[in-house]
Amino acid sequence: MEIVVCVKRVPETAEAEVVIAEDGRSIEERDLVFDINEADNYALEEALLLKEKFGGSVTAVTVGPEKADDVLRMCLAKGADKAIRLTDERFKGSDAYVTALLLYRAIRDLDFDLILTGCMASDDGYTQVGVTLAELLDIPHAVYVKKLEIEGQVAKVHCELEGGLEEVMEVKLPALFTIQTGINEPRYASLLGIRKAMRKEIEVLNLDDLGLGEEEVGESGSKIELRRLFIPPVEKEAEILEGKPEEVSARLVEILKSEGVI
Amino acid sequence: MKEILVLVEHRRGEIRDVTFEMLSKGRELAGEMGAELTSALLGYDVGSFAEELSKWADRVLVVEDEKLKDFNAEAYQRVLATLLSKRQPALTLIAHSSFGTDLAPSLAAELGFPLATDCIDLRVEDGELIAVRQMYGGKVNAEVSFRQAPQRMVTVRQGAFPIEEGQRAGQIVAFPSPLTEEIDIKRFIEYVEAAPGEVDITQADIIVAVGRGIKEKENLSLIEELAEALGGVVACSRPIVDAGWLPSDRQVGQSGKTVKPKLYMAIGISGAFQHIIGMKGSDTIVAINKDPNAPIFHVADYGIVGDLFDVVPELIKRLKA
Repeated sequence: MEIVVCVKRVPETAEAEVVIAEDGRSIEERDLVFDINEADNYALEEALLLKEKFGGSVTAVTVGPEKADDVLRMCLAKGADKAIRLTDERFKGSDAYVTALLLYRAIRDLDFDLILTGCMASDDGYTQVGVTLAELLDIPHAVYVKKLEIEGQVAKVHCELEGGLEEVMEVKLPALFTIQTGINEPRYASLLGIRKAMRKEIEVLNLDDLGLGEEEVGESGSKIELRRLFIPPVEKEAEILEGKPEEVSARLVEILKSEGVI
Repeated sequence: MKEILVLVEHRRGEIRDVTFEMLSKGRELAGEMGAELTSALLGYDVGSFAEELSKWADRVLVVEDEKLKDFNAEAYQRVLATLLSKRQPALTLIAHSSFGTDLAPSLAAELGFPLATDCIDLRVEDGELIAVRQMYGGKVNAEVSFRQAPQRMVTVRQGAFPIEEGQRAGQIVAFPSPLTEEIDIKRFIEYVEAAPGEVDITQADIIVAVGRGIKEKENLSLIEELAEALGGVVACSRPIVDAGWLPSDRQVGQSGKTVKPKLYMAIGISGAFQHIIGMKGSDTIVAINKDPNAPIFHVADYGIVGDLFDVVPELIKRLKA
């Protein structure tokens, strides 16, 4: 089974402070820690599990700067066989469609049965690239996959809907699935894996290698234009209790008792 | 006449709320753009839906086909590619739901429409459509515009727009289904409900919910102690379930449960919107988090900015006193 996994290098922002940069259209990256997008990590693990079961190979592909090699090396260390990085200054400012177009150009000539990607990137939250890529490749797709079973040329997927409901779909391969977090338990790379990964090759492709023109990518090729970033206006502010742990906890219990909550 | 088109999302015999949210916003935009509001209803035996929807739009286009009995993005895409090419609406609204996410990106790519996803606001400025969406887990808003295009598409966040009762008397118009054969590359098999757990958190008066801030599974005992001291139940945000530390019936949020207890304590939960949407209706919300900028503080009534490992033990002491 030949599997392609699309991954992205993103900043960890759930527990970090996010500051808008001076240009008003990007965020300050200096103090942020970067890692593989969480949902992509689950997608990679799912690919590795399938490879263990069916044999074949896993290829990790990313659109990103040279620094994205860290993420690709980690994929290789965990068990991916090949990695491809799409890098070019001119890709900057690409919207979701263009990103999918870049991936399409790199992947269309590969031999694949399955393409897996995270359901959503934690930085832009587009939730769009995977499905757009499937359309460009003219293969069926499913999203928010929580369970994936393959028998012959058919995949049976459980897709997460809302409120705890799931739907089961049967999809013919080759297909693309966007993977939801929690589908499996991602492994850690072993030291041996890390060492082996250093020797595996990362193929780097640029705009010319993909056979695209400058006007088809980046800001000029994008149909969605970012005007500005801004901090969400705050409609409500919690009453913040100040003081040492002993003081705030006493205060809180007092408030809750006086309001009849407890 | 310019047209704004809203795709009706329905499931298991019910039109989902997000449809009415989109129709409400759609009506506002139609007014601003001098356009008519049309809703597109795809399904099988959905006549009663059409009646209801005619109160909300100027026109209800109904595509009846047995092949549309259960939602299948493949089938919907084939129908809508034809429908949208014919009607050429200036703007199409689809829910940013699981169904909508399965459909909109490929449909937009097929038709060559610019698509902005997960929009929380839409407005017209100098004749141009401007959309607002969020990034970085809701910590930043992004204002986007669309490259010149006669037709645009957006997916709309569930719960972003208020529902304003429809008072129209729209026409119901049949639109012939272009589907000719069964779709076999992707088939709907069945729905699966989440198995009921031992505790139904939606019935609890007091909920103590824990998030990533708890760091290790072993630390959950601290949260259990707090819940016990308060006489409540333990719930959690998605990452805790993903890690396998608590079963999914404890998950509060868009893909989990919606709760409205008397007291909701959010411990070490940053407040991503997918979680907020499941608990913002609670009577009193208290948040404890290290990050003063955590979005949870915008929905909480009371907040403590601090280390939960310092604060929670003190709280337990006070409650047991």
